[in-house]
Amino acid sequence: MPLLGLLPRRAWAALLSQLLRPPCASCTGAVRCQSQGTRDLSPQHMVVREKILDLVISCFKRHGAKGMDTPAFELKETLTEKYGEDSGLMYDLKDQGGELLSLRYDLTVPFARYLAMNKVKKMKRYHVGKVWRRESPSIVQGRYREFCQCDFDIAGQFDPMIPDAECLKIMCEILSGLQLGDFLIKVNDRRIVDGMFAACGVPESKFRAICSSIDKLDKMAWKDVRHEMVAKKGLAPEVADRIGDYVQCHGGVSLVEQMFQDPRLSQNKQALEGLEDLKLLFEYLTLFGIAEKISFDLSLARGLDYYTGVIYEAVLLQTPTQAGEEPLNVGSVAAGGRYDGLVGMFDPKGHKVPCVGLSIGVERIFYIVEQRMKTKGEKVRTTETQVFVATPQKNFLQERLKLITELWDAGIKAEMLYKNNPKLLTQLHYCESTGIPLVVIIGEQELKEGIIKIRSVASREEVAIKRENLVAEIQKRLSES
Amino acid sequence: MAERAALEELVKLQGERVRGLKQQKASAELIEEEVGKLLKLKAQLGPDESKQKFVLKTPKGTRDYSPRQMAVREKVFDVIIRCFKRHGAEVIDTPVFELKETLTGKYGEDSKLIYDLKDQGGELLSLRYDLTVPFARYLAMNKLTNIKRYHIAKVYRRDNPAMTRGRYREFYQCDFDIAGNFDPMIPDAECLKIMCEILSSLQIGDFLVKVNDRRILDGMFAICGVSDSKFRTICSSVDKLDKVSWEEVKNEMVGEKGLAPEVADRIGDYVQQHGGVSLVEQLLQDPKLSQNKQALEGLGDLKLLFEYLTLFGIDDKISFDLSLARGLDYYTGVIYEAVLLQTPAQAGEEPLGVGSVAAGGRYDGLVGMFDPKGRKVPCVGLSIGVERIFSIVEQRLEALEEKVRTTETQVLVASAQKKLLEERLKLVSELWDAGIKAELLYKKNPKLLNQLQYCEEAGIPLVAIIGEQELKDGVIKLRSVTSREEVNVRREDLVEEIKRRTGQPLCIC
Repeated sequence: MPLLGLLPRRAWAALLSQLLRPPCASCTGAVRCQSQGTRDLSPQHMVVREKILDLVISCFKRHGAKGMDTPAFELKETLTEKYGEDSGLMYDLKDQGGELLSLRYDLTVPFARYLAMNKVKKMKRYHVGKVWRRESPSIVQGRYREFCQCDFDIAGQFDPMIPDAECLKIMCEILSGLQLGDFLIKVNDRRIVDGMFAACGVPESKFRAICSSIDKLDKMAWKDVRHEMVAKKGLAPEVADRIGDYVQCHGGVSLVEQMFQDPRLSQNKQALEGLEDLKLLFEYLTLFGIAEKISFDLSLARGLDYYTGVIYEAVLLQTPTQAGEEPLNVGSVAAGGRYDGLVGMFDPKGHKVPCVGLSIGVERIFYIVEQRMKTKGEKVRTTETQVFVATPQKNFLQERLKLITELWDAGIKAEMLYKNNPKLLTQLHYCESTGIPLVVIIGEQELKEGIIKIRSVASREEVAIKRENLVAEIQKRLSES
Repeated sequence: MAERAALEELVKLQGERVRGLKQQKASAELIEEEVGKLLKLKAQLGPDESKQKFVLKTPKGTRDYSPRQMAVREKVFDVIIRCFKRHGAEVIDTPVFELKETLTGKYGEDSKLIYDLKDQGGELLSLRYDLTVPFARYLAMNKLTNIKRYHIAKVYRRDNPAMTRGRYREFYQCDFDIAGNFDPMIPDAECLKIMCEILSSLQIGDFLVKVNDRRILDGMFAICGVSDSKFRTICSSVDKLDKVSWEEVKNEMVGEKGLAPEVADRIGDYVQQHGGVSLVEQLLQDPKLSQNKQALEGLGDLKLLFEYLTLFGIDDKISFDLSLARGLDYYTGVIYEAVLLQTPAQAGEEPLGVGSVAAGGRYDGLVGMFDPKGRKVPCVGLSIGVERIFSIVEQRLEALEEKVRTTETQVLVASAQKKLLEERLKLVSELWDAGIKAELLYKKNPKLLNQLQYCEEAGIPLVAIIGEQELKDGVIKLRSVTSREEVNVRREDLVEEIKRRTGQPLCIC
């Protein structure tokens, strides 16, 4: 436990998180019951998760993507050397005498392996699945060692920038649909980044290192980033300043036009290619009606090594803090880019399959939605049960079993208590606490008269229905609500 | 050649130098410089041929799911989940790995099949072997005393895979469990009702659910004269009766496991019996069995179970089978297993292998193993063996030559002439914004024929064709791919018309 006192906000939030977690029965302090950085998902969590994943997958399907899945682990050699500096964060399986295996680190490398393995040249696919990274877990930020990714990718040789534009359209549709508030998508291009570095005088061997410093500009101030580049990475100060002139720029298509005229950049072939593609991209984004959500941002320099063209990252725009609400700083909620060289690394002849794609950071989105629900004190139903079968009398178990079978066989979602002789009040309480809207009651009187009572839990109104009309009556009521 | 060998040696040395520097935590600048040198050397070497020698494959016993297989999988899960929800279950999820100690000692002989994670300086972890032990851990950890939950996820076993028969090292399980102290046999009966509902809805043919009880088995072994120490191992021999003949099982018990032949014969008298509730009644009268308290408890519960199953309308699908002796150690009461009944092979169809497609039972002691005070939470549940079901469904679809669509696209936005990309982009965007599932080809000037062919291959039912003349007239040509009928629809009416034809509600909810 950290020393109480003047704690940074993150630490307070972390403390609060721990307090709000349900107590662990068998944790006696020294013994952990669950692996660090992982968590179970309770029914409440799952309802939120399913809603969000449903929305994401509907969007992918709306754009004609096919689903696919890969194993949780790959041959270690498949994953080796694809992640650059992050390779140390992979989970390896123990050598138990068979193949050397590692848990997949993302869904993109398995996809490239799938394409090469099956000699697929064109594919539009989505993949929702868990990935594993041995990072320092940070519960505040919603960062776990096991987490879900939702990827959409278009593989194939096509006319330029149309698939790339569709990826951005998808990102916008999803983020709008989730109603998380205003968002912005930053766009850049690896060739512009590399061309800009070259034009500013960054030595090639320092490219990746400087890239990862620049990438921190969304969290750190320019002067701190500049300091890191000069003092820790040995960059000449005047080179750093030249970079500074560029990376602090962001804007719409007009910035693209402006960069075309830039004396240094326009001399660089790579940068020009990147700028051309961005110009075309903005044309398509305008036709898609999303241009105002996109910002060409020269400080965007995402971590992974395999991007070759356009790169993008979506961030939620800070809403002013409302009373009692923690300002949620979760970083990006979606990202992606073009990676034309990855499949070629798997093909024995090096045949390339150009790819562009995106990944939705659903864990961060879950975290935001859950926090919002917690603040508002919202509770969700964790079952979909429509009807509860009850009885006010003893010795009516058999009748309840017969009745509930009728409902199940008609496709109606129904429950009953697993008690021979439950009290009516207990049964009604169960309905109220789980949100079941209707009760059907059978007792001696009803049995004699050949009827069933249907009761609305909310209004408490009861009405008698003939036994043979029960299913039809329930279906009518359910379709009306 | 020598040059190359020399270069490779230099690369190796430089690589070692870099690794050494990183280990020593040398300055970033120095490391970078040396990395730069390494990269230059590697570049000189050219493409690394040794890299291209590795075989592209998934690990042994695992497989990718192609879009077609995903479509089948989605259909099957849909049926299963709908049934679980119909019975009021909540859903949970647990991590793919557990602390090694959580899984230790829970699976008996099968423990050697657990995948361990490498010791990388943290906790010792193992991949989950099933969904039941994680469930018990979840209950104990959260101090839950009753819950009705389902869980669909992959589990991992370092078995000998038989992929043609749907046996993998990574495979899905669909579990449904009811935890809690309730009046006897009601939840148990509901589990069987669920199994029957699912297997019927999947339409994979006739099936039978075998039922037995751990206490009846143990009681039967006791009265036949099996020594306590041999219980579990005789159990696993008897369990093989669904695959091999009684003769072979007897030989194994006598020849390999040291059971006295007359004891084996006594067992044989029982385990070859199966029937309905009348068999339960009969055994309640059995002179030897009725002397055994355990067996009587089991028989009493089975009698009650059959009453409930009759009320649930499924007793004709249930068979009390004394040879059912499922592998896992943690069952304490009723146990059950569903098998598909061999259908005579139809023309061109492979006779489908016999094997269970679902199973489960009562396990009252498992949660107590995780609770520090040993507090018990009785549980009963079932697991659907979906991998086998996937292959059966896939085979059926192939035999029927039924085409399975791998996308749900409703409309392709096409152009009849060149230079209409802009219009296509605008139109497809309109359709997406209205919630319609639409695609377009990623070509600036695609040929109409290619676009129509794309629709036919992918099973897309409608095409919205943009043409120069139609643009001027303010209409879009809407074409049905199957009937080839075309009709001009006003641009502003297009969304509504498409929704009407595809049976979609007019509002996006």
